[in-house]
Amino acid sequence: MLWQLFVTAVKALVLILALLFTFAYITWIMRRGLARFQVRLGPNRVGPAGLLQPIADAVKAIFKEDLTVARADRVLYWLAPLIAFTFALAAFAVIPVGPDGWVVANLDMGVLYVFAVSELAVYGIFLAGWASGSKYPLMGGLRSIAALVGYELALGMAILPVVLMAGSLNLQDIVAWQQTHGYFILWQFPAFLVYFVASLAEMSRTPFDFAEAEQELVAGFHTEYASMKFVSFYIAELLHWITGSALIATLFLGGWAAPFGLPQIPVLWLFLKWAIFIFLVLWIWASWFRTRYDQMIRFAWGVLLPAATVWFLITAYYVAKGGAL
Amino acid sequence: MVAVFAVVGVAIVYATLFLSRLLVGERPKTGAKLEVYESGEVTIGTTEARVDVHYYLYALLFLVFDVEAALLFPWAPAFDKLGWLGVFEVAIFVAILAAGLAYAWLRGVLKWVY
Repeated sequence: MLWQLFVTAVKALVLILALLFTFAYITWIMRRGLARFQVRLGPNRVGPAGLLQPIADAVKAIFKEDLTVARADRVLYWLAPLIAFTFALAAFAVIPVGPDGWVVANLDMGVLYVFAVSELAVYGIFLAGWASGSKYPLMGGLRSIAALVGYELALGMAILPVVLMAGSLNLQDIVAWQQTHGYFILWQFPAFLVYFVASLAEMSRTPFDFAEAEQELVAGFHTEYASMKFVSFYIAELLHWITGSALIATLFLGGWAAPFGLPQIPVLWLFLKWAIFIFLVLWIWASWFRTRYDQMIRFAWGVLLPAATVWFLITAYYVAKGGAL
Repeated sequence: MVAVFAVVGVAIVYATLFLSRLLVGERPKTGAKLEVYESGEVTIGTTEARVDVHYYLYALLFLVFDVEAALLFPWAPAFDKLGWLGVFEVAIFVAILAAGLAYAWLRGVLKWVY
C-alpha cells in the first residue's frame, strides 16, 4: 500500500516535470510557429534557433516585481492563479501514455474526471477577473463563463457516443477498444467534429479566445497580474491546450497505440498524435478570426448541441441493435 | 493521486512566488503603481457597479441541460446491460428536454437580452 503510494507519487512528479518542460517548449513552438505563419522570424536570438528563449523568459518573469493592485480582493486575487494552475496540471493525470502502468491514475471514470477538473479551472479565470477590481478583467471573466455555458454541453454530448461504443469511461478501455475495432475518428466523425470545435473553446484558443482578447480587453482576465502569478495563468492556459490535444488524440485517434502494426513504444505514439492536434490548433490560431461571444453561444446551442444530441441517439440505436444498421 | 497533484501544484506556485520575492526584494509600493489599468487614464468608478450579464437566460437553461448530461454519463457504460429498454428510456428523457429547449426557443428566450 505504502509502496503503491510511493510509485504513484513518483509517476505524478515525473508527469508534472514533463508537462512543465512541454509547456516551456510549447511557448517556443507557439511563437516560432505563429511567426512563420505570418512570414516573420520570431524569437531566434537566444541560443541556436532561439531554443533558450523559454529559459530567458522564465528568468525575466522571476525578476519582475510582484504587484497587488490596491483595488483587488486580496484573498481571491491570490487564490485565482492557484486554482487555475493546479486544476490545469491535474487534468492530465488520467491520460494513458502507454500500456498498463503508464498512467498516473487508471480511473474507471477517467473521462468524467478530465471533464470535471478542466471545468473547475474556469473558476480560476473568473475569480481572477472578479478579484482584480478592474474593468477589463471583469469583462474577461464574464466572457469566460459565457464560453463555459456554450461549449460545455456540446463537449459532454460529443463524448457520450464514444463512451457508448467503447462501453467504458476508462481511457485505457477506450484505447483498447480502438486497437481492436479501429479509431473513433472513423466511427464517430460527426462527434469528432463537434468535440474538436467545442474543445477549441475549452482551450480558449482562436476562434473562441475572447476571454483574453488582447486587441479589445488588454489582456482579459489577467490584466492586473504580474510576475509569477501571471506566469501561473500563462502555464495554466497552455496546459489546457496540451491536455486538450492529448485527450482528443486519446479519444479519437487511438491514444498511445501504434498505428499500422508498427512496434509499440510508450509515449512516442501519443506524442506524435498529440503533435498533430497541437499543430492544427496553431494553424487555426494563425489563420482565423475571433468570434463575438454572443455568436459563439448561439452557435454552440443552435448547431453543436443539437448535432451532438442527434448523433448520440443514432449511436445509441446502432449499439442497441448489436452493431448492425 | 489527485492530492499529489494538488500539493505539488500549490507548492510550485508558492515556491516560484517565494523565489521571486527573495530575488527582487521589497520595492516601495506607492502611487500609480497600485492603480488598476484603464488605458492609461485615471480610473473612473469601481467595478462594484451594475454589469449586464446578457447570457443569463442561457445560463439558466445550461443548469438544466448540464444535469441531463451528468445523468447520461453513468448510464452510457451500463448501456449494454439495459438493452432496448435503456434506449427507449433515454430517448424519452432526451425528447422531454428537447421539447423544453424548443419551447424556450419559440418563446424567444434564446436571444441576447439587452
